[in-house]
Amino acid sequence: MRRFLSGKGLVGAAIVLIMLLIALLAPLFIPDTFATQMDMRARLSGPTLNHIFGTDQLGRDLFYRVVLGAQTSVMIAGAAVLMSIVIGLPLGIISGYFGGVIDNVLMRLVDTLLSFPALLLALTISAVLGPNLTNTIIAIGIAFTPFLARIIRGEALRVAQMPYVEAARAAGTTDLQMIIRHILPNIMPAIIVQGTISLAFAILAEAGLSFLGLGTQPPDASWGLMIQASRDYLDIAPWTALVPGAAVAITVLGLNMFGDVLRDVLDPRTDP
Amino acid sequence: MTPIVNIEKLRVTFGKGTDAAVKDVSFAINPGETVCVVGESGSGKSVTSLSLMRLVEFGGGTIVDGRMTLQRDDGPIDLAQADGDTMRDIRGDEIGMIFQEPMTSLNPVFTIERQLTDGLRVHRGMTGQAARERALELLRDVRIPEPERRLKQYPHELSGGMRQRVVIAIAMACEPRLLIADEPTTALDVTIQAEILALINRLKRETGMAVMFITHDMAVVAQIADRVVVMYRGDVVEEGPVADIFANPKADYTKALLAAVPRLGEMRGKAAPEPMRLVGDTSAPKPLTPQDHPEPLLEVKNLTTYFPVKGGPLRRHVANVHAVEDVTFTLNKGETLSLVGESGCGKSSCGRSILRLVEPTSGSVIVDRKDILAANHRDLRLLRRQMQMIFQDPFASLNPYMRLSAQVAEPLRNFGLASGSALQDRVAGLFDRVELPRDYMRRFPHELSGGQRQRIAIARALAVSPKLIIADEAVSALDVSVQAQVLNLMMELQADLGLSFLFISHDMAVVERISHHVAVMYLGRIVEIGPRAAIFENPQHSYTKSLMQAVPIADPAKRKLEGDLNFRPIPSPMHPLSYAPAQSLYDTVAAGHLVLRDIERTTDANP
Repeated sequence: MRRFLSGKGLVGAAIVLIMLLIALLAPLFIPDTFATQMDMRARLSGPTLNHIFGTDQLGRDLFYRVVLGAQTSVMIAGAAVLMSIVIGLPLGIISGYFGGVIDNVLMRLVDTLLSFPALLLALTISAVLGPNLTNTIIAIGIAFTPFLARIIRGEALRVAQMPYVEAARAAGTTDLQMIIRHILPNIMPAIIVQGTISLAFAILAEAGLSFLGLGTQPPDASWGLMIQASRDYLDIAPWTALVPGAAVAITVLGLNMFGDVLRDVLDPRTDP
Repeated sequence: MTPIVNIEKLRVTFGKGTDAAVKDVSFAINPGETVCVVGESGSGKSVTSLSLMRLVEFGGGTIVDGRMTLQRDDGPIDLAQADGDTMRDIRGDEIGMIFQEPMTSLNPVFTIERQLTDGLRVHRGMTGQAARERALELLRDVRIPEPERRLKQYPHELSGGMRQRVVIAIAMACEPRLLIADEPTTALDVTIQAEILALINRLKRETGMAVMFITHDMAVVAQIADRVVVMYRGDVVEEGPVADIFANPKADYTKALLAAVPRLGEMRGKAAPEPMRLVGDTSAPKPLTPQDHPEPLLEVKNLTTYFPVKGGPLRRHVANVHAVEDVTFTLNKGETLSLVGESGCGKSSCGRSILRLVEPTSGSVIVDRKDILAANHRDLRLLRRQMQMIFQDPFASLNPYMRLSAQVAEPLRNFGLASGSALQDRVAGLFDRVELPRDYMRRFPHELSGGQRQRIAIARALAVSPKLIIADEAVSALDVSVQAQVLNLMMELQADLGLSFLFISHDMAVVERISHHVAVMYLGRIVEIGPRAAIFENPQHSYTKSLMQAVPIADPAKRKLEGDLNFRPIPSPMHPLSYAPAQSLYDTVAAGHLVLRDIERTTDANP
């Protein structure tokens, strides 16, 4: 625990906590209209006292948009990654631990999904289900599942061949107990690392969907939508990209630091 | 005589705030001399050799003090101060190195020729035909059969022993003044070890180079050393000629190290197994009382295990590896039967087949009148209460994420034998039984040493009060003093609880000490089985004889010469599906002493 609250872990935890608070609390205190109100006299204005992060092409305040957009981005990414873990974990463990025919069937299924680019898959799902928040989460969640399943299968396969698993089998451990006691704790580090990386990609995937008109619908704000919108003004108003870009970068950095330390804390070998 | 290398007051640390790995080491190596640096794990012997090559820095070490003077053609140089370019010139040219693992110290994607000529090109500027001829000459020097063909081959096409010969040839390519060999035979079978040791001895005699030989094995020291440097926790505790070290050790640590080494042949004429001598314990070991009327516990009949080999684009079943071939034996209650043999002989597969950790192809295994192979999934789980296993690698056989108490408790919980405070009491009792302090219960595996972990593995195996324990190379990974303690614990448990051990090992000296019966395996078959005394004092099968002959003896007066040894490589156990193996037929030499018939003619190991 002492390790966790020092240096990298503290910074990472602080960033993740702040982002979560912003995502949860900002909508309660700041009216939605702040993010959509247009100030036509101050379009594409740089940071000023009125608009501390500047404004976008429609004169909307970037500070409020990034703060209010946090909820959409963080929620969609978090829920989508959680969903891909919830589906991918059993798939991967069953494949890797039991092997044989089950493994072959499940992995060919996963390979089929993998053969589509993740964004295209999400796009198709989103287009079929219709554009709204829940469907965006489902689309990204399903698109990310094969990656998680593949990695978890590999890890489960590796752990299943460890002598301690064989020792436990010789000691009469049933398959379910084996998975809970021996396989899961030992593949946790891989899940944490892959999960935090996936969160970053999920934020960007949401941006891609929004750009194509299938994710967050304008005039609502999300980080991804903001980055996409800034594309045409990069040369004259670079802050329109930098503000949401920094929000994504800081969140991802915080998550990675948090994930690294979480992994170390869970590993008894690194405890002093 | 000026020494080739003179190490003075060497001190090496790894990171701040840690103890120095090498504290204050001084010794010299003369031309034409083999200096054995011997010690247990953590003694700093490998760190010393890596410092000499200045490779220790790549592993995070720092040479903080001391001098390492190497004699070169243009005068002495202090290796501790030499810069990167100078060291690159010296490595592979003036100092050659052989590593422990022949499987990984060759690059799998280059031919043998390419790897042999690398050093020649860099240090001697040799290319083309000249380099090829030198490479051929080197392969002949290390006595590799068909050297011309080998040049074009890749490492995976060569056996382990041949690969280690290639590694030696590479180290010898530029005629080094000093050859550093870091545990070069530890990963090899005993017959190959004997050949490699004899080879290094001959090369040293012929070229006059100095050899620094690092090992933990006193028997190997006796076979190869001129002078011995004994290291303990980063310090040199004793140094002297090999005969003196063995005949008259001065330091207590050296005495203890020598005492703990079991010597092949020392059990001659003794009726029952005896505990190992312990470090600092001079009292004569008391033998285990032999049983009058032993009853059979484990009966294995015609056990056969094949592993399918898949090949072709459709991954069809194209051949079988005949891991265990028609094996029959009986293990009595309260006794130890050892399965010995070289890697790939099927001894581990045999042990795992009995527990059905791998599925045998045919045969029968009866434990306490119950048929293991006929049991269904549920019954098998219950039958496993009777028989437990201890694995070789104490680092991999414990789950790093589970507390030790939970790991020892697992079998008890699996079978619902105890719960709550009763479970805790049982686990505490097991910790007492294997002589580990109870406060270790809350610890994790990484906090324990190898020997302590193996005690945990024994406690876990004992938890369900089994009748049979299969110990697969259970002490091979341990230092010799720790090995003696763990073996004694096992023998004590046998005497107290009436356990039967199936002891799988390649170490003939350990086997001689602890076994009631011995079975020698070769190519999946038992070639000879009988009471310990019969196997060790009156071996009949030629393979048993050659195996005994290869075992290094911890006595510098009993060295083996290259000419004494001429082993044929073990043939492949892989056969096409149509192959029908012959039945194992045995001749009875004496009561209970059986020798395999017939196979002698086709696979004679020592003609």
